[in-house]
Amino acid sequence: MLGRLRQMLIKEFLHVIRDKRARFFLFAPPVIQTLVFGYAATLEIKHVPIAIVDYDNSQVSRDLVSRFQASRYFEVRRLSDRREIPELIDRNEATMALQINSGFARDLGKGETAHLQVVVDASNSNSALVGLGYVNQVAQGFAREYRLKTLARQAPALAGGLPEIVVERRPWYNPDMSSQWFFVPGVIGNLVLVIVVTLTAFAVVREREIGTLEQIMVTPIRRVEFILGKTIPFFLIGLLDTALISAAGTLWFHVPLNGSFLVLGAGTVFFILCMLGVGLFISTVSATQQQAMVTSFFFIMPAVIFSGFGSPISSMPEILQHLTYLNPLRYYEVVLRSVYLKGGGFGLLWPQMAAMAAIALVMLTVSVLRFQKSLE
Amino acid sequence: MNGQPQAVVVQDLVKRFGDFTAVDNISFEASRGEIFGFLGPNGAGKSTTIRILCGLLHPTSGKALVAGVDVAREPERVRQNIGYMSQKFSLYNDLKVIENLRFFAGMYGVNQADAAERIAWAIDMAGLTGREHLLTGTLAAGWKQRLALGCAVLHRPPIVFLDEPTSGVDPISRRLFWELIHRMADEGVTVFVTTHYMDEAEYCNRLVLIDRGRIVASGSPLELKLKSMEGELLLVECDQVGKALEALQEAPGVTDAAIFGHALHLVVPDAERAIPEVRNYLGERGITVSRIEQIRPTLEDVFVSLTSLKGRREKEQA
Ligand SMILES: Nc1ncnc2c1ncn2[C@@H]1O[C@H](COP(=O)(O)OP(=O)(O)O)[C@@H](O)[C@H]1O
Ligand SMILES: [Mg+2]
Repeated sequence: MLGRLRQMLIKEFLHVIRDKRARFFLFAPPVIQTLVFGYAATLEIKHVPIAIVDYDNSQVSRDLVSRFQASRYFEVRRLSDRREIPELIDRNEATMALQINSGFARDLGKGETAHLQVVVDASNSNSALVGLGYVNQVAQGFAREYRLKTLARQAPALAGGLPEIVVERRPWYNPDMSSQWFFVPGVIGNLVLVIVVTLTAFAVVREREIGTLEQIMVTPIRRVEFILGKTIPFFLIGLLDTALISAAGTLWFHVPLNGSFLVLGAGTVFFILCMLGVGLFISTVSATQQQAMVTSFFFIMPAVIFSGFGSPISSMPEILQHLTYLNPLRYYEVVLRSVYLKGGGFGLLWPQMAAMAAIALVMLTVSVLRFQKSLE
Repeated sequence: MNGQPQAVVVQDLVKRFGDFTAVDNISFEASRGEIFGFLGPNGAGKSTTIRILCGLLHPTSGKALVAGVDVAREPERVRQNIGYMSQKFSLYNDLKVIENLRFFAGMYGVNQADAAERIAWAIDMAGLTGREHLLTGTLAAGWKQRLALGCAVLHRPPIVFLDEPTSGVDPISRRLFWELIHRMADEGVTVFVTTHYMDEAEYCNRLVLIDRGRIVASGSPLELKLKSMEGELLLVECDQVGKALEALQEAPGVTDAAIFGHALHLVVPDAERAIPEVRNYLGERGITVSRIEQIRPTLEDVFVSLTSLKGRREKEQA
């Protein structure tokens, strides 16, 4: 038994090392995803290109413009004519435009409401919303100071005692609100998912396609030996990938690992077991590697989207929120971020662990049964 | 039988896929140490039968015993005793020659001491000495085929199933391969081999001809030739072969006519009488006969006269 299993394992590792596609799946996704989510992907919106037309051209309006120029959220471009705005927005050279009408300073001086006009390219509604928020912030800050200054001039006695509310930000677990801290632990889940599912599915389907599966099935090998031979390598590869990306996250991106390795390891083991089940399942419904590729894709896409990796589950439609309870990646993402940033332990994360263990049990049982039948 | 069970016993075997019957109630036996040929055109049901015998497919009904063991009931016990080379004779192209051999030795549970000797034997047999470390994918088809045979018999199985082992390899490799088969048979191994090359059938001790899931004839090659051909065989070489065939099929005194390569084969009751008649008959129709003589029937003639191939060939000609 051990001799046979050992030979299976040696062979599987040789395939992974020599097969171009397997090698690709082993190395490309970790490198690409870590780079993308470590460097490029960010939730913050900075350097919003904004066009400003100042028809007032007063001391006050120039003051306002310089505030936009000083903000790191904006990249200001001054225009002299508002008719230039549409073209700039069409060419994506500006996503917002601010128009200060003449009479702006005058209205303020008279104590009347002064209007600013903002045009925004809302084709990306998310960044439009964030951009508008920034504009508001700058404008409100400017208005408050203007009021205070006016007050100080007219009634110096009152100005000091004006009540004010200031919100102090205390972002727990990620004091700088760094996107890297958010994405790098999360990316581990995506990668383990892609790598384990595709490699496992391919490993079986390929043998079916080239006909060696039949050749193996006439040997006295037992089903359990074959299945172990087809899963242990990818289990180990999944663990190795987790370790490598964790190391990169900590050493390169300085994401702190506040929790214990043990909790991270336990969550990872349960999650990989789920993915082995999925991979085996895909292999039972695919006759060719091409089909396995397509089927894997149809699993991977929704699994990642509805996991909370990028957008929060709480903002999804309710029915989808319920469905995410079936998605093992949902639990693994919680475990990853909690262990990394909050130092979560078993006491806190046992529901996620239990959910993954249950899914793994069901998936593996179904897959192994289906798998045995598919060998007939 | 000497008290020993037959190597392979098949009784009333049926295999259906949905409502299509691939194997239609066949029965035969193969004795120990013989080369048993299973012949038939593509789609006849050869692979299906062999896969049932290896325990890869469940029969719909009927019985299959291999080395005295019921395959459907105890496939595991059968697997210890058989070697199988599937129609694709698949090996791992991305593994080296030696790695393929080690893998299959491991799968068959050949013990360490024996494995080294068997692997060396297989390398020698396949003519791959000095090429042990080449990737299998770089080998020519003939070598791959012999290596696949080596992999299939590392555990010294008393019964070997070979499914069209010689398809897609060159004639020299085919001859070499049949020598290997004979050597194995000499050592007492039962070789169950399927083929659609009729010339290869001559190498077998016993033959079963199968067509559309049914057995159409069986016996030794000689028996088959004598039994199956009623009449004598003429070879006719002439111009306008197609036109000649059409004419001869209607000619009186000609039982049967078929195209063989560039020539025609005719079945006639009496060859000596028929030769001048045929020459005249064709001459009257403006066809020049360059050669006409009596020949001994080959298995291919037997086969054509017995199976649907005949109808198909005529259709192709038309
Ligand atoms: N798994 C299957 N499902 C449906 N039909 C099959 C299956 N396997 C074989 N057949 C059909 O059974 C017939 C016999 O096939 P096969 O045994 O492979 O023939 P041979 O090996 O003699 O060429 C063919 O018509 C083939 O299409
Ligand atoms: Mg076949």
